[in-house]
Amino acid sequence: MIPAAFEYYRPKDMAGVLSVLEEHGDDARVVAGGHSLIPMMKLRMAEVPHLIDLQDVAGLTGISIDAGRIRIGAMTTQHEIINHAGLTDAAPIMREASLQIADPQVRYMGTVGGNVANGDPGNDMPGLMQCLDATFILVGPDGERSVAARDFYEAAYMTDRADDEVLTAVEFAAPNAGYAYEKQKRKIGDYATAAAAVLITKEGGACASASIAMTNLSDTPVYSADAGAALVGSSLDDASMKAAVDAMLGDIDPTEDNRGPVEFKRHAASVILRRAIENAWDRA
Amino acid sequence: MNKELTREERTDALGGMGCKRKRVEDARFTQGKGNYVDDIQLPGMLQGDFVRSPYAHARVKSIDSSAAMALDGVIAVLTAEDLAPLGLHWMPTLAGDKQMVLADGKVLFQGQEVAFVVAKDRYIAADAVELVEVDYEELPVLTDPFAAMESDVVLREDLLGDGGSLPDGAHGPRKHPNHIFTWEVGEKDATEQVLDEADVVAEETVYYHRTHPCPLETCGCVASMDKVNGKLTLHGTFQAPHAIRTVVSLISGIEEHNIRVISPDIGGGFGNKVGAYPGYVCSVVASIVTGVPVKWVEDRMENLMTTAFARDYHMTGKISATKEGKITGLHCHVTADHGGFDACADPTKFPAGFMNICTGSYDIPTAYLAVDGVYTNKAPGGVSYRCSFRVTEAAYFIERMVEVLAIELSMDAAELRRINFIKKEQFPYQSALGWEYDSGDYHTAWDKALKAVDYDGLRAEQAQRVEEFKAGKTRKLMGVGLTHFTEIVGAGPVKNCDILGLGMFDSCEIRIHPTGSAIARLGTISQGQGHATTFAQILATEIGLPADSITIEEGDTDTAPYGLGTYGSRSTPVAGAATAMAGRKIRAKAQMIAAYLLEVHDDDVEFDVDRFVIKGAPEKFKTMKEIAFAAYNQAIPGIEPGLEAVSYYDPPNMTYPFGAYVCVMDIDVDTGVTDIRRFYALDDCGTRINPMIIEGQVHGGLTEALAVALGQEIAYDDMGNVKTGTLMDFFLPTAWEVPNYETDHTVTPSPHHPIGAKGVGESPHVGGVPCFSNAVNDAFRAFGLRHTNMPHDHWRIWKTANDLGLHG
Ligand SMILES: Cc1cc2nc3c(=O)[nH]c(=O)nc-3n(C[C@H](O)[C@H](O)[C@H](O)COP(=O)(O)OP(=O)(O)OC[C@H]3O[C@@H](n4cnc5c(N)ncnc54)[C@H](O)[C@@H]3O)c2cc1C
Repeated sequence: MIPAAFEYYRPKDMAGVLSVLEEHGDDARVVAGGHSLIPMMKLRMAEVPHLIDLQDVAGLTGISIDAGRIRIGAMTTQHEIINHAGLTDAAPIMREASLQIADPQVRYMGTVGGNVANGDPGNDMPGLMQCLDATFILVGPDGERSVAARDFYEAAYMTDRADDEVLTAVEFAAPNAGYAYEKQKRKIGDYATAAAAVLITKEGGACASASIAMTNLSDTPVYSADAGAALVGSSLDDASMKAAVDAMLGDIDPTEDNRGPVEFKRHAASVILRRAIENAWDRA
Repeated sequence: MNKELTREERTDALGGMGCKRKRVEDARFTQGKGNYVDDIQLPGMLQGDFVRSPYAHARVKSIDSSAAMALDGVIAVLTAEDLAPLGLHWMPTLAGDKQMVLADGKVLFQGQEVAFVVAKDRYIAADAVELVEVDYEELPVLTDPFAAMESDVVLREDLLGDGGSLPDGAHGPRKHPNHIFTWEVGEKDATEQVLDEADVVAEETVYYHRTHPCPLETCGCVASMDKVNGKLTLHGTFQAPHAIRTVVSLISGIEEHNIRVISPDIGGGFGNKVGAYPGYVCSVVASIVTGVPVKWVEDRMENLMTTAFARDYHMTGKISATKEGKITGLHCHVTADHGGFDACADPTKFPAGFMNICTGSYDIPTAYLAVDGVYTNKAPGGVSYRCSFRVTEAAYFIERMVEVLAIELSMDAAELRRINFIKKEQFPYQSALGWEYDSGDYHTAWDKALKAVDYDGLRAEQAQRVEEFKAGKTRKLMGVGLTHFTEIVGAGPVKNCDILGLGMFDSCEIRIHPTGSAIARLGTISQGQGHATTFAQILATEIGLPADSITIEEGDTDTAPYGLGTYGSRSTPVAGAATAMAGRKIRAKAQMIAAYLLEVHDDDVEFDVDRFVIKGAPEKFKTMKEIAFAAYNQAIPGIEPGLEAVSYYDPPNMTYPFGAYVCVMDIDVDTGVTDIRRFYALDDCGTRINPMIIEGQVHGGLTEALAVALGQEIAYDDMGNVKTGTLMDFFLPTAWEVPNYETDHTVTPSPHHPIGAKGVGESPHVGGVPCFSNAVNDAFRAFGLRHTNMPHDHWRIWKTANDLGLHG
């Protein structure tokens, strides 16, 4: 539980961050809240000779809501998300999901940027961002670019972000929809056994649109377009519910761990998804 | 002169037994002012760290520490080869086995100590650990004790005799090279006959999984050898500091008076800190070699993976009864997985601890128990995690067997218990497996508990829930968990209890100061139990000085009288008794002084709360404060000056606390998620010294019981890798997972204990585990379940439901 030696940098601006990243390549990494990275360093599963702390970098925090478009700075903590009244109004699923992440101590430190950039399939925000169809803003030596959350994740800890890029914000449209984030976990502070993010809109008693994403059931977050499509046009009768769940089961690929064998996880995923859909439908 | 206080006011002013005195320790603990081993900083102190085996079974072909030694700040890298000339590459275990201090040619479990790096600080030490190159040759791994008993893979070649013969072990003949001992109690033939002839026999195999005490503070020490005066000071997380001093002396050859062992504040022990670990030996050697202090403190993973586990008992039971439900016999066989070395912390003559308390609270006329200890490629240990020696295993076994018997008989499990309880008038009760239960009143406790929870109402609600479930109206089942446990604590009588030959008495030494305050020192050591609070209360009542004027000190072998330490709920039964007895010696001398001061005969004065009064003339008295002063300033004919006493207490018997617990649980059949709606715990620990501390102990013990029953385990894969090495996977409940506990009590004092106290710290764990587990099992009884093993985490509950066809 003692990390290897590392050099610590604390630049004041993005130029400072990028120059260290450029100089040291994949020997350098940024640290945000540190609640994923530092445990990995202490276990010596991540070796980071050059650690760049983002906390003094200007312009990375804050939540803005403008004409239905939400922007959350990468360094915004889960605690801040939970306590932001405007965000809770515009996208209540953010609060609902954040409250199910870790525990209050971790949430004081853990950031949205760290959570989505980490690439750990256990993190809850990546699935949530798929559901919201969010866009990630990255900055690198060649300037700024944006990438859809649904295109960002490649494999566990592998994302579309280049080693010399920093994620600065996540953006998404305020979802005017019924919502639910359902998560089964073993205890407070645990990653999901299975979790589901659901947004549903209703028109005249029928489902007009549905967006469904799952957490910790594959080596990346799972956006299940087919599951959402199975609901559209229905009034959530048994058949369409079953079709949605079956579609989701076709998209996930869980592995056995201490939370249980694959068979159980698939069962838990379907139960959790059903509950999330019912909940979102009631709120739509 | 103040207004004369009433007797009651004088009693209250003492803060003695029975009052809810606030814990005197808490001011320092809650303000971060505790002093734990890792807080100790000595000048020039070095830091030790282990190179540990990544393999569960391997030969160690070579160790190359040259790269580590080349690192700036590395002082030494010790291997078995360095310890061998001192005879310290192996050490004796508490169970009569021996254990490698550092890998001597092979390793037997993942995480085993291979080399000890000593460096200027812990960062350098950790870097150096990575640089030590060890060449391993992997060997076949045995993680299953049944497979180990069949295998030709010999784990402990060191125990083979000439030509591969099998010499006896510490506990008699061995059947197989991987077999450690067979321990038998009771009457085998008679029990088998009873079972053969019985109306009804219920059989079940119950696995009590491996877990770990996981104290918040991990194990560690600071060894400091003063080469000038030849004195070794060893600070450490020791639950038994005196025993550690004796062991260190015996294995190091340092004379015992030259060893000072200090247990500073300890952040929880729960049995994990009873034994001796390689880290202690290596730190001592390193300090002797370097001449400066050496600290070693485990990290969390090392604690979970290598220092003393608990449980891992495969128990097969048969219980017989008449068709009316009167139990006639009990047969129990245990295959005990001890890991690579037998390092169980049990009294010497009890290789399976007090597992023979497995007849529980029931009058079972005929019984037989056999335990086979087995070596596997897992970490050594087998400690009593918040229980007296193997008592949780015993209580779990019998409380599951009674439930299974109730199913076999189609009887209500509460009623089955009631008709089999040992009756009040049967105490002292001689059990079929050899214990003399000192006292108990089980029926009263049971009736009180069932009434408190409206037991009949719960069963009616449960039956209705089953109907609703079958009708598809709910997916939740309801379980009612029952437990009536009897513990055996306070080890113990020297005639049958010793550890490494040291009798399990305990001690207290009291010095009264001239101004009427006092210090008392004991052979025990608090790890959070609140000894400084409660022992002062015992003394306040015994000697009539306020508890607030009495300092309690433990843990320094240079000052405290010899004792065997704190575990197995022995502090109050043994050291608490010594405290009362030492207090009575003080009182006896005080009586003579009072009589002298009052100018009457000794027999003409009597003790009254905080003073001696002249019999029949209570207005004539001397307070204990006055007497204390007189002891130091008056020349009293025939009486030595001073007021001190010491008592060594050898208990005539164990004490037998008991309790009646009920748990009401709702279970989501689809996700396996449990919700504890209600938990009622009635404890009878005899005389109650501090009700608030009792309540705290009960809450803590129940929480650790919940942990064990619902998820806490040390799990291995087939390669012997530990799968639960961090707190992400090893379940340690927080306030979030813990339900509201309702506590209650009855009082049945121990007839042989000076103040009638029995010990309570472990009862809630012993009773809690079966209670939670019975609730889970009970929820599925209506669907044909007889038994499902712990830990009842989500997926296992889900699997139970799935196997019963409850998922459609
Ligand atoms: C006990 C515990 C329980 C937890 N439970 C949960 C849970 O249930 N659900 C959950 O989602 N999370 C959980 N977490 C993780 C927690 O939410 C993390 O804090 C979060 O995932 C990462 O955020 P961070 O700011 O701490 O990132 P860091 O640890 O600082 O960084 C994580 C990774 O992201 C990279 N990174 C960080 N910021 C940026 C950026 N702006 N641009 C590019 N790369 C960046 C870092 O280089 C690093 O590789 C838990 C953590 C702990 C300790």
